[in-house]
Amino acid sequence: MTENNTREEEVLAKLDTFDELPDAPPKRRIKLSWVGKIAVAVVVFWMIIIVIGPSIAPYHEMDMEGEDGFLDAYDNFYLGTDYLGRDTLSRIIFGARNTIGISILATLLAYCIGITLGIAAAVKGGWIDMCISRINDSILALPSIMLGLIAIAALGSSISILIGISAIIYATSVFRIARALGQDIMVQDYVEAAKARGEGLWWIIKSEVLPNAAMPLATDFGLRLVFVVLFISSLSFLGLGIQPPASDWGSMVRENLQGLTYGSYASIWPACAIATFTISINLIVDDISAKSGGSLAKKMV
Amino acid sequence: MIFLRSLAVVLLRKWYKTMDKLLEVKNLKISARSDEGKEIPIVKGVSFDIFKGQVVALIGESGSGKTTISLSSLAYTKPGLHFAGGEVLLNGEDVLSMAPLRQREIRGSNVAYLAQSAAATFNPAITIGEQVTESAVLHGILSQEEATKRAEELYRALELPDPDRIGHRYPHQVSGGQLQRLMAAMALCGRPDLMVLDEPTTALDVTTQIEVLKAFKKVIREENAAAIYVTHDLAVVAQIADYIVVLYSGEIMEQGPADQIINSPTHAYTRRLMDAVRPKPGAGQGVEVSGEHDRDIPAVEVSKMTAGYGGVVNGEPKVTILRDVNIKVKNGQVMGVIGESGCGKSTLARVMAGLLPQAKGDVKLEGDKLQGSLHDRSLEELQKVQFVFQMADTALNPKQLIGDIIGRPLEFYHGMKGSEKHRKVSEILDMVELPADFASRYPMELSGGQKQRINLARSLAASPEVMLCDEVTSALDSIVGANVIKLLTSLRDKTGVSFVFISHDLSTVASFADTIVVLYAGRVVEQGPTDEVLTPPFHPYTRLLISSVPELRLGWLEETMEKREMAVGISKGVEITSIGCPFYNRCPNAIEGTCNVKNAPIIELNNGHQISCHLKLTELNDVEESTNAALSASESNNVVSISSNWDKS
Amino acid sequence: MMTQMVLRRIGIGFATLIVVSIIVFIGTSVLPGDVAQIILGQSATPATLAQLRSELGLDQPGYIRYFIWLGDMASGDLGTSKAGGASIVSLTSGRLGNTMMMAGIVSLISIPLSVALGLWAAMHPGTWLDRVITFGTLSTISVPEFFIATILVLVLAVELHWLPAIAYMSGDETGWQLMKALAMPLLTLVIVVSAQMIRMTRAGILNVMSSPYIEMAILKGVPRRRIILRHALLNAIGPIVNVIALNLAYLVSGVVIVETIFAYPGLAKLMIDGVQTRDLPLVQACAMIFCATYVVLILIADVASILSNPRLRHPK
Repeated sequence: MTENNTREEEVLAKLDTFDELPDAPPKRRIKLSWVGKIAVAVVVFWMIIIVIGPSIAPYHEMDMEGEDGFLDAYDNFYLGTDYLGRDTLSRIIFGARNTIGISILATLLAYCIGITLGIAAAVKGGWIDMCISRINDSILALPSIMLGLIAIAALGSSISILIGISAIIYATSVFRIARALGQDIMVQDYVEAAKARGEGLWWIIKSEVLPNAAMPLATDFGLRLVFVVLFISSLSFLGLGIQPPASDWGSMVRENLQGLTYGSYASIWPACAIATFTISINLIVDDISAKSGGSLAKKMV
Repeated sequence: MIFLRSLAVVLLRKWYKTMDKLLEVKNLKISARSDEGKEIPIVKGVSFDIFKGQVVALIGESGSGKTTISLSSLAYTKPGLHFAGGEVLLNGEDVLSMAPLRQREIRGSNVAYLAQSAAATFNPAITIGEQVTESAVLHGILSQEEATKRAEELYRALELPDPDRIGHRYPHQVSGGQLQRLMAAMALCGRPDLMVLDEPTTALDVTTQIEVLKAFKKVIREENAAAIYVTHDLAVVAQIADYIVVLYSGEIMEQGPADQIINSPTHAYTRRLMDAVRPKPGAGQGVEVSGEHDRDIPAVEVSKMTAGYGGVVNGEPKVTILRDVNIKVKNGQVMGVIGESGCGKSTLARVMAGLLPQAKGDVKLEGDKLQGSLHDRSLEELQKVQFVFQMADTALNPKQLIGDIIGRPLEFYHGMKGSEKHRKVSEILDMVELPADFASRYPMELSGGQKQRINLARSLAASPEVMLCDEVTSALDSIVGANVIKLLTSLRDKTGVSFVFISHDLSTVASFADTIVVLYAGRVVEQGPTDEVLTPPFHPYTRLLISSVPELRLGWLEETMEKREMAVGISKGVEITSIGCPFYNRCPNAIEGTCNVKNAPIIELNNGHQISCHLKLTELNDVEESTNAALSASESNNVVSISSNWDKS
Repeated sequence: MMTQMVLRRIGIGFATLIVVSIIVFIGTSVLPGDVAQIILGQSATPATLAQLRSELGLDQPGYIRYFIWLGDMASGDLGTSKAGGASIVSLTSGRLGNTMMMAGIVSLISIPLSVALGLWAAMHPGTWLDRVITFGTLSTISVPEFFIATILVLVLAVELHWLPAIAYMSGDETGWQLMKALAMPLLTLVIVVSAQMIRMTRAGILNVMSSPYIEMAILKGVPRRRIILRHALLNAIGPIVNVIALNLAYLVSGVVIVETIFAYPGLAKLMIDGVQTRDLPLVQACAMIFCATYVVLILIADVASILSNPRLRHPK
């Protein structure tokens, strides 16, 4: 009985202090599975290579030090030589800068364009939104490789053109996401409350929209980067991207393709380099994004 | 000899009881597992029984585990939860330890489930008929033809329109109240022993809720089915349950027969729950207002205002939400705005706040005309009118600290900075009865009631003249909501702020407001001081509304069911009309050829009480008398009435 | 209402095609400066330049040239190639057939395969096979098409000698020979296209699977098979059709790579050659064919998802 009474008092005491206090406040921490952790390690590894790569590479990317083309690994040539007898490992290390570096630049540029226009369209609405969205939808309605081919046919290929083209093509999808996010946030009650208070547009964007859009956009950055890497590599593979003799993973696959028939792995290694980087990023994004849906399926009999 | 006989009686009773026991929940425990793999108990050892033909109510607030417990009778837990112990015996057999295939057989055939939102639980791509009969046919209880026939009978019993053909329609083609009843048909089709009803009327408007409750009660009685009725609403429970289990945080506080729990609750928590139930709206509830803050000029005046969405053409919006609205909010008073979903009550507040410019008419603040659009209003005008949003969850930016949320209006309107702002934030937190260290928390770390207090605090920080509160207690549990109302009352007394208090819940409005405005389909049908509005003469819609609010006493529903025969056309939807009385198609006293073609005149009564109706005052009084006569004739003598100490608290 | 929506979609599709043609036209004829200069090279005299310009109609303003070009395109006159002056229609017709055949076979294999695998994975989430499928498809969509192709060549042609590494066709192959020649590019494309489709089908079904009406079906005692095939699939058809159309369009970029790597004589290979030699009329024509196909596929998907929506099929 006394036990019951204490319990009763406990409950009432809880009700008397302001309503019910939630148990330990949920802190959102990003938790990675072991797969995710490995993926992070791989991405960090490539980032380090980009920074210090040239100083640790055994040879220079252009040096034709090997005894012959398409040799298997020997001496200091840990991954063999390519069709001109250059060290494959060194070229991969140098290539990281070109492939990933250019992709990151292009993606950043795409984000600057996409977010600025997307948020502007979402916040302003009306005919500004109409115009930008229509043009954007039309560009988005084309396969990106087609746009790339048309642009390169017209303008030729150089690194700055490559960055520009990829940035514009992928800015369209960033625009779409930023606009959708912005529109979602703009109709939230807290934005309405800020509007009702009389806040200016810039304050609303800075304090209400951007902080809430940041996390989803960051996740999307990873996915977009993967697309850009694949896009630029594909163009390079077609001989339309980064031009030789600069080393780049996509062109390295192409250059050494004929070696495949003699059993040379010179074209496989750069392809694997791309794969490790892109798969890792996708795995991280997959890990971070909420897993949903599966739970009910387990309940079926 | 006598001893032997009494022993036999006891034994017989015991045997009879075990035979009759349909569901036995024994020391049931359900847990969740946290990300770190820690066990979090949700249901902490709960035991109760259900006998055949009995309706057992599980009552409690959010987090009490009531839905979780009810689902255990189907051997089901929501994803993320698991059974941690105990037994649930259905006809003597433990459903928790059954083979999965046997569990599947029980679901839908022995135990049927009715969810809170029928709109979400009906599959949008399959016809209603197939979904209603699916379970009965799959379990081999009925053939498809028999099931279809039975479904049609159920549609009739549940008073659904067009019972022969409603089965061929898709869920989006029928109304919410009808879907809720169709779900009852779906549950009943296979003649289950036990029905689990999970808050089946919570999402409905009061006038619809009554119809659905009535239908449920009727079929439960006719089918002689047992039921678990899960709800947070004591007044609803009083109408439908035979036995009540009161839950708090996964534990049983008290259980017993309905009349015992309702009339003489023993546990302090149950009594607190009862206190939080506002009494049935009636006379004598209007709070006397001291003349302290009284001034002649109304704080806010809205005149001849029409508003809507989709662009304005010739002073008429594309979609009209509000039409020809005239209201006055007196200084330091609370104006309650009442109406059902879609009646335009939120729109009214949005127009006053400048979030939606009106198409026609004026809004005045302390006698000065306000511009329709936010951009044209001065900072001072904006500061004086503050809007409090319904859902604190979405009204507070999740990425801002509470201190910044409350601090922003201080900075924005009053130019406060640094320590001055910091001190004022603490002061305001104190006003809404929260500790000062909440300033360094994020909204996510707060409970629902606390968030709503922050939501109010942000508006208070602007030191407004008028606060527009849009359904601020609707999303809260009853006790928490009652506390918020208490807070609002004290704020009004302390600061002299005028309130526009919008709610769909007449009892809440009645307990707090000085004047009441009744909105129907975008028009004011009645307004005036609370006492006057809640006493006859009524507008026919106000009468319907008041009579639909369930009372916290047994037997109320039965009475109303008889009285209600007079309220024709109740299940018809709301029609927004541009001409005539908006209530015409549902009004029992409608005059053909007048009410539908001419706008109703305003009948002026005492103390600014206005009714907008074509009937003469004498006719309205006559209606009242005949209703009362019918009511007293049907009233039974043994109805127990609950006195509530809400006023005292 | 539904017909209205469908007509609206078709209207938008047409509008997109027009915009696409403008983009293609601007991209290839206005920006690069003087086409006449490119054709004649550095040695051109001003007189010959002017003559060629008027021959090509370059002295007319851009929008008039655009309408002439659009009119020609619409009437089937794709112009003449800069290289060798052959008519583009004759260049593309055979190539188009080859590409269409490949795309057709790939669709026939990958659509049923992906829908089945996607469904299976969605029905058994969390099982090891589901994880293998998830990881495998994620990896596949993360890597460039040429990675898949090179690995396949290495394994099937170089190591195992099962298949030829190049899909060279002289035009008179039949039966087994044709199959063998096509096997490698087909396999690559099937893998690339299916991976994305499996993922999206699985995600689409799982998305539907978290709806309250699925929980209701479980609580009604509906068996798993029926929940998936009747309750979930009916609602997922719209999204799945969308996925299929989108991924057939995804074939476009896959085809470009695969035709290059296996030297398959298709339209994409022709276009790449055109880009390399800066044969602009040829690039224009090929780009228009690809883009039009893409737009039409997207249009079909949109219309299909409108048709599969019960709210639109059975209005109030």
